[in-house]
Amino acid sequence: MTLLTWTFDSLLGLGLLWLAWRALVCPDLFKAIVLFVAFGLLMALAWVRLAAPDVALAEAAIGAGLTGALLMAALAKLHPSETNDDCAIPSKQNVTKVWSWRCLPALAMLLVTGGLGYVVLSLPPYAAGLSTEVAANLKISGASNPVTAVLLNFRGYDTLLETVVLLLALLGVWSLNGAGLERKAAPSVVLDTLARLLTPILILVAAYLLWVGAHAPGGAFQAGAVLGAAGVLLLLAGWRPRAGLMALPLRLILVAGPAIFVIMAVLTLLIEGQMLEYPPAQAGVLILILETAATVSIGITLAALFLGGEPRQHNPDNNQNKDHT
Amino acid sequence: MSPSDYLSAALLIAGAAFFLAGTLGLLRFPDVYTRLHALTKADNVGLGLMVVGLAIQAESWPVVGKLLLIWWLVLIAGASVAHLIASGALQRGIRMWKQ
Repeated sequence: MTLLTWTFDSLLGLGLLWLAWRALVCPDLFKAIVLFVAFGLLMALAWVRLAAPDVALAEAAIGAGLTGALLMAALAKLHPSETNDDCAIPSKQNVTKVWSWRCLPALAMLLVTGGLGYVVLSLPPYAAGLSTEVAANLKISGASNPVTAVLLNFRGYDTLLETVVLLLALLGVWSLNGAGLERKAAPSVVLDTLARLLTPILILVAAYLLWVGAHAPGGAFQAGAVLGAAGVLLLLAGWRPRAGLMALPLRLILVAGPAIFVIMAVLTLLIEGQMLEYPPAQAGVLILILETAATVSIGITLAALFLGGEPRQHNPDNNQNKDHT
Repeated sequence: MSPSDYLSAALLIAGAAFFLAGTLGLLRFPDVYTRLHALTKADNVGLGLMVVGLAIQAESWPVVGKLLLIWWLVLIAGASVAHLIASGALQRGIRMWKQ
């Protein structure tokens, strides 16, 4: 390692720690979100330095981009009093109370961090791990990118659960409140034009990432995140889907990814005798089908999360009732 | 080092200089409008110089195309976002800096 890369890496590591600390203690929530997004971008750079471009792509798209957009949307919905709570200068009694409340989780986190650090340091410095085994079985996996082979074939079970987790998160948000679907006028011509220009490109990039995932960094989650970004951009520009599409079609698309995954798991269990163990000859096609369904579901789920509530048709009768009472 | 290497090194350094100037402007300029001005210059010209510098080193034409596509995307996104932030600031009544 040369002096230059060593300097770059230590600056990167220190910058990450500093941004994380600032994002946690910043009383202004808007600033904290901006710091969090900057943290995500530097984190993506750190993953690139660790030669993990797959994780870097996911971190930049989901960790920095979409999570930042979701946090901003949540901040916009907060009641003003809730955002200013932390800003108020607490009295002396409150300070001790707050600190005693914060000490316990801080202590627990310190223990966990110390334990993790100990485990990492006690690992042998050079170990192949499972990479030799993955490389040996890559031919029958149906993908030449080892990351995709692990995610969709060798450990497909994990990915199945991950897509379900995303669906559960959306159900949680939907159970809280509803979001109106009335079409809004675009806040400005510039944003409208940008959304119209970028949406087809984003869809194309998502398809490219999905396709390239078989033999290079990319895949369902990265492609889904790009698709979700297109949805967020359209929603920001005031676009709303037709109400007729929202009831059943939306739910079908949201469930398609996990559902096809589960169907595939059951079929492979019945035919091959092992869950998600594909016959080597058809593995490539099966993985592509799974990834396509997962990409669309992930993208639409992320955009729906940004909408921030179960989409409901604007009902004029309800409004009139409210006006009368 | 071949002449093309010298050329791309010069372009990359010039691009980095634009980024440095843009960052300085972002930190030191007095209000949001002048800061946006400094920032978009760094994005547009600085990244453009870097893209050209890297395109000289590219192994194939598709790579050059991808680099140019990245520059174009940053150009339209940067210009649009700068416009949106500036008009948002105007709507909130943030005054322009006057000496």
